[in-house]
Amino acid sequence: MNPTNTAVYPKRHYLNVNYGIKSWLLTTDHKRIALLYLLSITFFFFVGGFFATLIRLELLTPKGDLVSSETYNKLFSMHGIIMIFFFLIPSIPAVLGNFLIPLMVGAKDVAFPRLNLTSWYLFNLGGLFMLYAVINGGVDTGWTFYPPYSSNFSNTNVAATVIGIFIAGFSSILTGLNFIVTIHSMRAPGMTWFRLPLFAWGIYATSLIQVLGTPVLAITLLLVAAERLLHIGVFDPTYGGDPVLFQHLFWFYSHPAVYIMVLPSMGVVSELVATFTRHEIYGYKFVAFSSVAIAVLGFLVWGHHMFVSGQSTYASMVFSFLSYAVAIPSAVKVFNWTATLHKGSVSYQTPMLYAFGFVGLFTIGGMTGLFLAALGIDIHVTDTYFVVAHFHYIMVGGAVMGYLGGIHYWWPKISGRLYPEGWARLSALIVFVGFNLTFFPQFLLGYMGMPRRYHAYPDEFQVLNVMSTAGASILAIGYVLPMVYLIWSMRYGPIAEWNPWPATGLEWQTSSPPPPENFEVTPVVTRKPYEFPSIDEVRYGGQLRTQEPAV
Amino acid sequence: MKRSAFPFMPEEASSVSGHVDALFIFLVVLTIIIAVGIFGMEIYYFIKYRRRAVDEVPTTIRTSLRLEVAWTLIPFVITMIIFVWGARLYFEIYHSPTEAMDIYVTAKQWMWRFQHPGGQREINELHVPLDRKVKLIMASEDVIHSFFVPAFRIKYDVVPGQGRYTLGWFQAVKPGRYHLFCAEYCGTNHSLMGGWIVVLNRTDFQAWLSGGGSEGSLSSKGEKLFQQLACNTCHRSDAQGRGPVLQGLYGSSVVLDNGETVLADESYIHESILNPQAKVVAGFQRPSIMPTFRGLIDEEQLLQLVAYIKSIGSGQGAVEVTTSGTAP
Repeated sequence: MNPTNTAVYPKRHYLNVNYGIKSWLLTTDHKRIALLYLLSITFFFFVGGFFATLIRLELLTPKGDLVSSETYNKLFSMHGIIMIFFFLIPSIPAVLGNFLIPLMVGAKDVAFPRLNLTSWYLFNLGGLFMLYAVINGGVDTGWTFYPPYSSNFSNTNVAATVIGIFIAGFSSILTGLNFIVTIHSMRAPGMTWFRLPLFAWGIYATSLIQVLGTPVLAITLLLVAAERLLHIGVFDPTYGGDPVLFQHLFWFYSHPAVYIMVLPSMGVVSELVATFTRHEIYGYKFVAFSSVAIAVLGFLVWGHHMFVSGQSTYASMVFSFLSYAVAIPSAVKVFNWTATLHKGSVSYQTPMLYAFGFVGLFTIGGMTGLFLAALGIDIHVTDTYFVVAHFHYIMVGGAVMGYLGGIHYWWPKISGRLYPEGWARLSALIVFVGFNLTFFPQFLLGYMGMPRRYHAYPDEFQVLNVMSTAGASILAIGYVLPMVYLIWSMRYGPIAEWNPWPATGLEWQTSSPPPPENFEVTPVVTRKPYEFPSIDEVRYGGQLRTQEPAV
Repeated sequence: MKRSAFPFMPEEASSVSGHVDALFIFLVVLTIIIAVGIFGMEIYYFIKYRRRAVDEVPTTIRTSLRLEVAWTLIPFVITMIIFVWGARLYFEIYHSPTEAMDIYVTAKQWMWRFQHPGGQREINELHVPLDRKVKLIMASEDVIHSFFVPAFRIKYDVVPGQGRYTLGWFQAVKPGRYHLFCAEYCGTNHSLMGGWIVVLNRTDFQAWLSGGGSEGSLSSKGEKLFQQLACNTCHRSDAQGRGPVLQGLYGSSVVLDNGETVLADESYIHESILNPQAKVVAGFQRPSIMPTFRGLIDEEQLLQLVAYIKSIGSGQGAVEVTTSGTAP
């Protein structure tokens, strides 16, 4: 039965309900705020990517001959700072989380819409400080800001940078706060915790980390700035301070931060695997609880960044043990996603290709985490390219692929259009190939002994560096193509139905794009998550109930 | 640069290198098994269960609790095996031996300075004998550096600060020339702050030792400093001075005025010279009347003083410096 023969663009939706720059800059609609964030973080992604390009160009040759040492040190610092604080940490929560969480729980908006808009402004204010630092000559402390170098020796824009991160951190805290309250208090009738989509569980766990962890970073960075300006002596040994204290404080946030970056992406992957197998996620409760377990355990492992710092060997043992503990829930997710494929109806559409890439690359990145958690191995590979490869496998091979998969999956909902599937699949393949060529050689470089943050290196490391740069150029193409065709599709893409895949979940039970208030009628939830009664019910059920309500 | 034993692995040039590589290879094999397993299952499922009709809806599957428990517990057991193996390696690498040849290392932007007990000084290149345990006593003049020798599979952060010496060790088992890198970002020339560890067999090392210009042993330089800086006016060997006697101090237990007992090791001496108020010996007044020497002497001079105080540790005057046990 097909009540609407072809997809028709809804007459009234969140994009056309009012026009003009003020209606965007003063919006409180979570969907518009999501798009504002999309613009901001995409901008920063390309700035960070530009610095990465220069780094990889420099590393084509063993000598430091493209840029000076000072400049190179600024390049890797700014690449890391921008990619982490101004792209990865906001990315999925601020874009996909903002757009989808109210829809997924069946609410009109988040709990605090004006706070949501404020978060976006705070993000941009922080970003402005960062851009000022970049333009005014950069910062060269590394994204880790270790004193005494950062507090006493660097002559670059450290204060402006840490103020930028400090302000942007509040954007993160407030976004997390908003989601926690929304998920707790604004679920539609019948939407119990165990009927929530796993993306919501992922965002919820992430929000816990954002709220509890970010303040520690804030105060730590403030102390670095104070040290620089006032010579207090918290970290600087010449005034009686302890540089290793900084490392404890910094990593107490920055380790959980990596889970802020990857948990939402895992949530996306759960949605993709469910939709493109038409199966409930195997072990739903285990996957849901694993997100919370990762968030909790993630706060207990920070010392694994400090195994060679001179910290107590007994402390190192405890951190190593707990680091293995936190790996287990991630493994559980990978096994459950794989089991979901069994006897499913598996489609290879673009979002699923990204999910497939995520599972494979995250597995490799995660397994290399086991190497790093092994104390005796870490001594050799820490501070080398092995670590660089490990975290890029998780952040790029994992988090970014999940982000791109999510953008493609929810694109019809966000824009009301379909992206061109052929180009999208090609881009996913290019990203996968380019990514592996860029980062796999770095594992080898690391074990061979190439330290990280090196402007120049011994000749015997050149071949692998050239391979890595070649891969990076391919990866760059894979990132530019979606920009082009997604923008193209907004005008020329085929119009999307309410539920093109079709997929379960409340967000698909409203129009594409949704109306400003999300649902014309408050949804009532009666089914288990991912329950797939029939194609017609999933594809048209919401539409039928909305457009022809029961008499 | 010698070719390494395995591709993509540095030479196994220290007593621990082979042990580290063994765990590494185990982990590589484990990773290949898991990665092939997961990728393989994905590809298999993608093919076997590919969607055959646009509107196809598959049968539902039920979660098996036993499977969930199994794939939680088995990985946990495997990770615990890796944990124990790695922890034992860590203790092996990080536990400095008691009997060893001491090398004093100063790290500063952007070079490594080495001082042998016999007084030979080297910059960025360290000559050591084959098959002997070498103990590194390291200090930083400015920011955090890290002493990294890939072929030995060792790495030690050298953190600046009073009361803080980084102790490390290695035993080279293969003659050769091995990269030394700074592995903690330390500013402009971080990537140029490298050098070589040159491992020579016994005869060659003896030849190198006698060939070099040594301006007097470390401890004799320290003794001169001790007099130049007038330390001997308060720290007299006849206990008539206003400060504690230093003969026999090194390696002994010291009771402080707050009742605590501490070990008089290199770090204790280092701290006491830079911050005399930090630990006051029982029976001496607080605040201590000893002035601080921070800003008046650099890390290298401190090392010489430490070497001298070690040499009078046994109460027999200047002898060749060998280390007595201090825990890392």
